[in-house]
Amino acid sequence: MTDAQGTTSLAEHVRVFDAGAEVVAAAFLDAAPALALADGGVLIGEPGEQKRLEAHPDAAILVAAVEGRTFLTGGDDGRVVATGADGTAQAIAEEKGRWIDALAIRGSAFAWSAGKQVSARDETGSIRNWTSPSSVRGLAFQPKGFRLAATHYNGVALWFPKFEGPPQTLEWKGAHLDATFSPDGRFLVTSMQENALHGWRLADSRNMRMTGYPGKTRSLSWSHDGAWLATSGADAAVVWPFKDKDGPMGKAPRECGVREARVTRVAFHPRALVVAIGYADGLVLLIRLADAAEILIRRPGGGPVSALAWNGDGARLLIGLESGEAGLLDLPG
Amino acid sequence: MTEAREFEKIPVTVLTGYLGAGKTTLLNRILSEPHGKRYAVVVNEFGEIGIDNELVIGADEEVFEMNNGCICCTVRGDLIRIIEGLMKRKGRFDAIIVETTGLADPAPVAQTFFVDEDVQKSARLDAVVTVADAKWLAHRLRDAPEAKNQIAFADVIIINKTDLVTPAELREVEARIRAINPYASLHRATKCDVGIADVLERRAFDLDRILDIEPDFLAAEEHDHDHDHDHDHDHAHHHDHGHIHHGLKHYHDEDMQSVSVLLDGDVDPAKFMPWINRVTQEQGPNILRCKGVVAMKDDPRRFVFQGVHMMLDGDSQREWKPGEKRESKVVFIGRKLEAEDIRMGFLACAA
Repeated sequence: MTDAQGTTSLAEHVRVFDAGAEVVAAAFLDAAPALALADGGVLIGEPGEQKRLEAHPDAAILVAAVEGRTFLTGGDDGRVVATGADGTAQAIAEEKGRWIDALAIRGSAFAWSAGKQVSARDETGSIRNWTSPSSVRGLAFQPKGFRLAATHYNGVALWFPKFEGPPQTLEWKGAHLDATFSPDGRFLVTSMQENALHGWRLADSRNMRMTGYPGKTRSLSWSHDGAWLATSGADAAVVWPFKDKDGPMGKAPRECGVREARVTRVAFHPRALVVAIGYADGLVLLIRLADAAEILIRRPGGGPVSALAWNGDGARLLIGLESGEAGLLDLPG
Repeated sequence: MTEAREFEKIPVTVLTGYLGAGKTTLLNRILSEPHGKRYAVVVNEFGEIGIDNELVIGADEEVFEMNNGCICCTVRGDLIRIIEGLMKRKGRFDAIIVETTGLADPAPVAQTFFVDEDVQKSARLDAVVTVADAKWLAHRLRDAPEAKNQIAFADVIIINKTDLVTPAELREVEARIRAINPYASLHRATKCDVGIADVLERRAFDLDRILDIEPDFLAAEEHDHDHDHDHDHDHAHHHDHGHIHHGLKHYHDEDMQSVSVLLDGDVDPAKFMPWINRVTQEQGPNILRCKGVVAMKDDPRRFVFQGVHMMLDGDSQREWKPGEKRESKVVFIGRKLEAEDIRMGFLACAA
């Protein structure tokens, strides 16, 4: 299908619905589309048949993390809640009088932070705490082993919750926000207050600076093969090459979907080198990395795209906007 | 279009004041008024308790240096995080009030609104309100640099506990405040009994309101005008003494001054822009606040700017009205300012 500008469009294949509040995060719990909302609710199910769970009653969901069947949400009520595909919600933690600032999930292990306090809960339900030198804005589990990265001012802590003793610190001046490990565990990347990314090659703690963003990067997505990292924060999705042993060092990133609008969300397809890109003006594109071919998914309008998620086989894309509008794309054929 | 968007930004009022001056009293006073507004209140987590409000957020005053080559560029990291989180409750509150600790420097809070794009998009700094203790302020100005910073930085100053001092002592403390900051609006109070409109919705950082909301600014300009052109006498060379002028006692603070310069007519933008950038770069660490309204040559509109340390924000605003005198004025408040350098530099920008 082609629109007037000659861009292939699948916009007609998107089922649009009203989520009722700002979409903070999107996920598929098994097969069920799910949205975490700023008004504290979690919406699960096919458009028109959704069930709404009051995961954080009278509160706001600030952060979310997802893996497989579990949607982990953290609110300004201090609660960490795990919502399952069957629509059951389980309170994991309650930090009274505080906000949950960051979350991470791996299997049935969870981690959260509230201010300087970082907590990790292993598969058995045992909880360990660590106090960071400054507030923690980002958490990520290392792909192997029970080890957690926690971003803070002037660096990142690598913490083994099961061992006593202080965490290893990777230092880099400035305030670090989100954290993500490359799928093979070789690299750790953080987004920063200073409109830049910072990376470390973990084998030798070598620093990598990824700069040039006009805004903050708050969305990071690895390609299924781990060779690319797509990022928001510029007027295109900036995609860094991580295949070589030096990662992106000395290499220029790809810029996909250059437009006069800021990219707010990115999500790599789980099986192909195709990235979904959401912009501040509401437009959503799919771009194939190999030839930069574009497919229009959502026309501009309605404000910033705030959430994008693929289902497991990459046949469906769930879209959420700050305005509360949402859409579900079923790729044809 | 721009105005409509500006209007939707959440106003943020910053309450400062030295320990025990009465910040919490003012806060509770604001919250208990029948204003029908819903406030999100950000308090220091180690601060006094007993704030009666639905939405109270504990902050930890984390000051971050920005890696942008600017030594005085600091922001409140926790405030960036809190405002981001509060935006998830958009529509459920009307304004934000940030209470700082008694020892806090207001600059990082203000700079947060200049530096952080996400904060700028959703919120606007309304005013810095400083509560001063009528009885103890004069002492604190001598022994606590924080107290002086808070006075110098303020858009609104509430002289609290006036019932504990004599009229003469009150005039004295007002003169001390005026020596540091002649441009803030001053209010006398006991138990912080000021009108809510004197504290909130001041729009003190809005470029198009910079002069309109500050009658004292204009009055002070005229006063300074007299000095420059009639008496030709420079304040900055006099240290910590009082003299009677226009019936008011004047003090000169040795450490913190304000420098205001009036230029009768237009400035040349090709001279003014590099000059204002140079002054704020070179003296930025010492400049707490600056603002000005400038008549640019061949420009029918007034150019208005304001700044905090090295950060500047400026824009062309409304047109000069018919019959309105085209003149250019700048004001700097800061520590050990090179007053003569500023004065000569600005006057040299004349078109």
